[in-house]
Amino acid sequence: MAKQSHPTMSRALQRRENISGYLFLLPSLVFFIGFVVIPMLICIITSLTDANMHDQGMFGSFVGLSNFTKLMSDGTFLEALKNTFIIVIVSVPTVCAFSLWVSSAIYKLSGPVLSAFRCIFYLPVVTGSVAVTVVWKWMYDNYTGIFNHVLKGVGLIDQNINWLGDSKYALWCIILILFTTSVGQPIVLYVSALGNVDQTLIEAAEVDGANSFQVFWQVKWAQMMPTTLYILVITTINSFQCFALIQLLTKGGAGTNTVMYHIYWTAFKLTEQAGHFGYANAMGVVLAIFIGLLSALQFKLAKEK
Amino acid sequence: MKIETGRGRAYKIASVIILVILAFLFTFPLYWIVTGAFKNGADINATKPIWVPSEWVMNNFDKLMKQRSVPLWEVYLPFGSFFNGGKKMLLTAGPEAPAAIRWLINAVLMCVLAMLFTCLTAAMAGYALAKKRFNGRAILFSLIVCAMALPKQVILIPLLKEMSALRLYDSLWAVIFPTVGWPFGVFLMKQFSESIPGEILEATRIDGASELKTFTTVVMPMIKPGIGALAIFTFINCWNDYFMQLVMLASGSNFTIPLGIATLQAETSVDNGLLMAGATLAAAPIIIVFLIFQKYFTQGITMGAVKG
Repeated sequence: MAKQSHPTMSRALQRRENISGYLFLLPSLVFFIGFVVIPMLICIITSLTDANMHDQGMFGSFVGLSNFTKLMSDGTFLEALKNTFIIVIVSVPTVCAFSLWVSSAIYKLSGPVLSAFRCIFYLPVVTGSVAVTVVWKWMYDNYTGIFNHVLKGVGLIDQNINWLGDSKYALWCIILILFTTSVGQPIVLYVSALGNVDQTLIEAAEVDGANSFQVFWQVKWAQMMPTTLYILVITTINSFQCFALIQLLTKGGAGTNTVMYHIYWTAFKLTEQAGHFGYANAMGVVLAIFIGLLSALQFKLAKEK
Repeated sequence: MKIETGRGRAYKIASVIILVILAFLFTFPLYWIVTGAFKNGADINATKPIWVPSEWVMNNFDKLMKQRSVPLWEVYLPFGSFFNGGKKMLLTAGPEAPAAIRWLINAVLMCVLAMLFTCLTAAMAGYALAKKRFNGRAILFSLIVCAMALPKQVILIPLLKEMSALRLYDSLWAVIFPTVGWPFGVFLMKQFSESIPGEILEATRIDGASELKTFTTVVMPMIKPGIGALAIFTFINCWNDYFMQLVMLASGSNFTIPLGIATLQAETSVDNGLLMAGATLAAAPIIIVFLIFQKYFTQGITMGAVKG
């Protein structure tokens, strides 16, 4: 991008561009540096200290990598990590496949019908995370919930199931809610990507005798790779950060603890040594590293395609 | 045109049926919230679900309004406590009102302020990144893209300490400022600003317009759809960022409606009618905003992804 700057630009002009450019950037940079970059640095630095939530100062004393070595033998953290990975591994491919299927089924529909469907699948996002969680909690309820009623009605189960209290089901119940709130944006993206696929390529493939399955995989899928990559990355980041559902539904019980919830719990709720700031931030750093690695891997795989 | 085969037709009919079922399932939670809010106690607690309320009552909203009362609004000067011996500087306070109303006002105020700040700062920054040839532009832009891929919530705990050092903890500003700082908006506005023809900017410059005038009279109108899209995103994201609100807001009068409902859920023994009334209040503003800005929405989502 830097190559675009005019080699002929005079020094006075370059100076003017510098000044006006940075002045336009200034308000945004103040917020970006102040409330994104600085906390990021605090997170990294304090992960190497024994800083406490209740201390007056920001930084405790330097303890090297001991927070990280402690994490590797912390059973609760490892379980939270395992649950987080289950959520990511299950939800990312299903969200991607589901939204791809829905989009290919609706993108040729007429304008108003298409918009209606797009809105409906985006509805769980627009309803708001807390409102959606509260109603799902009621639907999962042991006695007054509709899940038990409907499933008993169709004969799938014969006894009420305590969905959110039973470690056999709780994590899957949470993945289901996460799923309904995650497909809205990918569907919007896929619908517009499918609409932008080069028609001449499709026609050429059809002339060459490709069936609709081959057309889909070899023409449309290939052209939508950037969209798929973007969807994979945002869904991965969102699934890794699953917090509100856990905090509102199970408080990490019934085998649903996730890393993000554990970070919160460690920083605020840990009974002994209340407020383990440095330790919580070490978990944050580990989570960020996992997300970074996975995003990089997805980029690499997409490039090779 | 290809000739429709029997199998293709069957697939099409099956997919339409599945889509309709899915549409029903995706709409159901909202239906259940709204009907639940108007059901009477017997309907709410029935073990056999009542699909349509047997009578529509306002009980649940009445109960919600009786929860507790707080001043309708309180506006503090940001950073005011630095000049007031550690105490917050109250600019204005309203009459006593039900907490739920205050929470609603707080949430709307918070999201609208975050939206205005974000749109303004991001539009300026995006324009500069797209059209100004200043030194360090490429580095700055890649820093912004990298920051976007990081998990937003990881920085919340450090942010809390920073906010209490700045004495912004337990105020709406503590949620607004980090929302404004999140770089997605800058990225989106850069994408939109790329499409402004350089010749137009050159022409206004030759006409002697100042940089600021060029921005407000030429650039802003051209990236209006982008600003509309960013406005709706910021509003929805700020409203849904429950974790940030939970961490940053502590006292009942500073809660937002989502946070207030979540607290009611934790405090009260299960009263689903009350919770659905709260959830209805919490869902209404965001759905209204979505419907108002809907036309910018699709374009915005897709612009954010291109060249992502």
